[in-house]
Amino acid sequence: MNSATDPVVLGEQEADFSAVDKARVVEALARVLPAGALMYDAEELRPYECDGLSAYRQMPMVVALPTTEEQVVAVLKVCSEMGVPVVARGAGTGLSGGALPHAFGVVLSLARFNRILHLDPHARTAVVQPGVRNLAISEAASPHGLYYAPDPSSQIACTIGGNVAENSGGVHCLKYGLTVHNVLRVRGVTIDGEIVEIGNHGLDAPGYDLLALVIGSEGMLEVVTEVTVKLTPKPQLAQCVLAAFDDVIKAGEAVAEIIAAGIIPAGLEMMDQPATAAVEQFVRAGYPLDAKAILLCESDGTPEEVAEEIERVRAVLERSGATEIRVSRDEAERMKFWAGRKAAFPAAGRISPDYYCMDGTIPRKRLGEMLTAIQEMEGKHGLRCINVFHAGDGNLHPLILFDANQEGELERAEAFGADILELSVALGGTITGEHGVGIEKINQMCSQFTRPELTMFFRVKGAFDPRALLNPGKAIPTLNRCAEYGRMRVSNGHVPYPDIPRF
Amino acid sequence: MSDLTEQWRERVCAAAAAGTALQVRGGGTKDFYGRTPVGEVFDTRGHAGVVSYEPTELVVTVRAGTPLAELEALVAGSGQMLAFEPPHFGAGATVGGCVAAGLSGPRRATAGALRDFVLGVRVLDGRGEVLSFGGQVMKNVAGYDVSRAIAGSLGTLGVILDVSLKVLPRPVAETTLRFAIGEKEAIDRLNDWGGQPLPVSASVWADGVLQLRLSGAEAAVRAAERKLGGEVLADEAADALWQGVREQTDGFFADAAPGEVLWRLSLPSSAAPVKLPGKQLIEWGGALRWLRSDAPAAAIRERVAALGGHATAFRGADRAGEVFQPLPAPVMAIQRRLKQAFDPAGIFNPGRLYDGI
Repeated sequence: MNSATDPVVLGEQEADFSAVDKARVVEALARVLPAGALMYDAEELRPYECDGLSAYRQMPMVVALPTTEEQVVAVLKVCSEMGVPVVARGAGTGLSGGALPHAFGVVLSLARFNRILHLDPHARTAVVQPGVRNLAISEAASPHGLYYAPDPSSQIACTIGGNVAENSGGVHCLKYGLTVHNVLRVRGVTIDGEIVEIGNHGLDAPGYDLLALVIGSEGMLEVVTEVTVKLTPKPQLAQCVLAAFDDVIKAGEAVAEIIAAGIIPAGLEMMDQPATAAVEQFVRAGYPLDAKAILLCESDGTPEEVAEEIERVRAVLERSGATEIRVSRDEAERMKFWAGRKAAFPAAGRISPDYYCMDGTIPRKRLGEMLTAIQEMEGKHGLRCINVFHAGDGNLHPLILFDANQEGELERAEAFGADILELSVALGGTITGEHGVGIEKINQMCSQFTRPELTMFFRVKGAFDPRALLNPGKAIPTLNRCAEYGRMRVSNGHVPYPDIPRF
Repeated sequence: MSDLTEQWRERVCAAAAAGTALQVRGGGTKDFYGRTPVGEVFDTRGHAGVVSYEPTELVVTVRAGTPLAELEALVAGSGQMLAFEPPHFGAGATVGGCVAAGLSGPRRATAGALRDFVLGVRVLDGRGEVLSFGGQVMKNVAGYDVSRAIAGSLGTLGVILDVSLKVLPRPVAETTLRFAIGEKEAIDRLNDWGGQPLPVSASVWADGVLQLRLSGAEAAVRAAERKLGGEVLADEAADALWQGVREQTDGFFADAAPGEVLWRLSLPSSAAPVKLPGKQLIEWGGALRWLRSDAPAAAIRERVAALGGHATAFRGADRAGEVFQPLPAPVMAIQRRLKQAFDPAGIFNPGRLYDGI
């Protein structure tokens, strides 16, 4: 058994699991799982080889599909005893490769944990299994005038368990918060098979705030089996303002002016001209195509509140030099305004064979610098980039367009992305605002954190998972990896051994 | 690194080597909270001042020794506030002490808790390492969310050096309504209102009187006022009321009899009346119930656990015993290992949170 001084547990080097014996693991798991809950043939495993970040693929050794918490406990005990890595998985919509399987590991799918166990409209809470879809919670709460506030773009498919793992946001999180602000309690199983309840149906819990650590932990600390979420009253009305600008910097300043005026809009989104052009030919949202940037600013609440806020927003936008301001007249028009923004990713997919989505967050005042730098990077890497931006909270989603079938384009897209992430850190921001580190941004973690900080992350992991078996190799880079990445960076962008797979 | 931080590092390393307990402390206004403080006083007030404040970014970064009142005055100057309305419990409260205690005030139920507004921290751990977690941006999922776990850790994980907090605009309009109703009816109504899009920002019930604060856009507050009815409090009386509840100078807190313990009961907002001996004051839409009682601790903890909550002996208890609700063994084991991760020699505020933590 690993101890706290083990270099693997302390994150000095990657663990080696090549001695794991598939036949023995399958045999042991077959003893604790019913028929149909265990898969190990290549054909059955194929659908699990990647998540939403399909550029990274890895066949798992085994997939387990438990239906009960007892089965989860049993699977984890087997894996713990045999030293087998475990990768928990929800719907597999994640964009950072957090659910990428381990070649010598078990994928633990929570897809069959798909029931809403209890919904209490009076207390405004819902107790749900982790495989319940995000939107399904809001649908179930809707008859009571309630909803679950975080709304990641994949909400029709993504699960609450995945949301907990990633601390997912959405377009309304400036006003309504992230997953961490909307989850009250998480019940889960540790790698040792212990059931732990973290958080409380009240508003706080005694002891250290383990809930804050578990939410956003990318499946590295425990396997979630039950989640209690907070439900929010549905606003009576929502209205959206669309403003056009002849300059992206002016649009960025307008965002700052809205905040300075004491307004916290329900949503505040920005798109640059190439992004607007891309979505317009796709959904015909009626966006002004001559604008260098457009802003969408949503207000929600009571009719009186919305009317008051919209007037204040309009006044700020006029002062900030908007060339055109439209206020949605009805729900159909509001949906039309949003249709374009929500189609940004599919539109990128239509105008380019592949695209690569970045997720850095920067202080809003640095937006101009970032956009100018991205333009320069387009030249440097020879690729185009369109920009959509959760402007209210500084979370950028540059979409780098490339064609994986063209020799070297994927590598150039990755290098382009790495440049954006490192600039995000240099501008005082972070490499990931809401998509998680996973496998995708693991190298950039070396730029954001120092060695002692990374070591502390491994110690925190060790407090929950002393054997370092949950999702090994993700989210927090080993010091070895950072040292290698450091060498790669010194070599001036020339990646050594370009044909070996890199993660 | 500043000279002071370097001195502090040396002091921590020396204490760790010698096994000397350090009582990390700001203004000492929350000395009453948690288990009995022990160790050499480690005064954080020398590390003070605002590092950066950008009202349009909604973020302020301050050094831990900064007086809380100074921070509140600074952000108020730009029409902003700490939305979690932290209690000071005395004139000398510091920002570091506020974050370490993790306590939130009347606005908590609707605006969020202190931990919800912590964006980043810089801490000195038990190995003498200066570590930064989180940052100055609203959305940040790089690495475990250690900064929020530092909030409320009572100084047992490390010395907080700097903290970045999200700030929010002050509401345009505010009004307080008064209703004469009993406990059960107050809990029911608060939960009913909580399910409606009403701009409720605070509530307090005691002695058959429910008082409700509405905050937000002028039109929204006026519309809600018309809808809810009740008697409108004059602005000055309302300010005094919420100040008294937040700082526990209100009559309920001031009138405690000798031998009574002030219990802080955290419950699901819709939990039934607790029916424990003593007097009660209810906040946070029903989710926070203060109980002045001389009933045995075990009876109180058992009743509160049965209702799905936890009880803290907030003031006046035997602080050599457990003050916070005991945790199930697997959760306690994680807590102990987390303490060990940050403070392997066990020098920071030892035993303040739980025995051995």
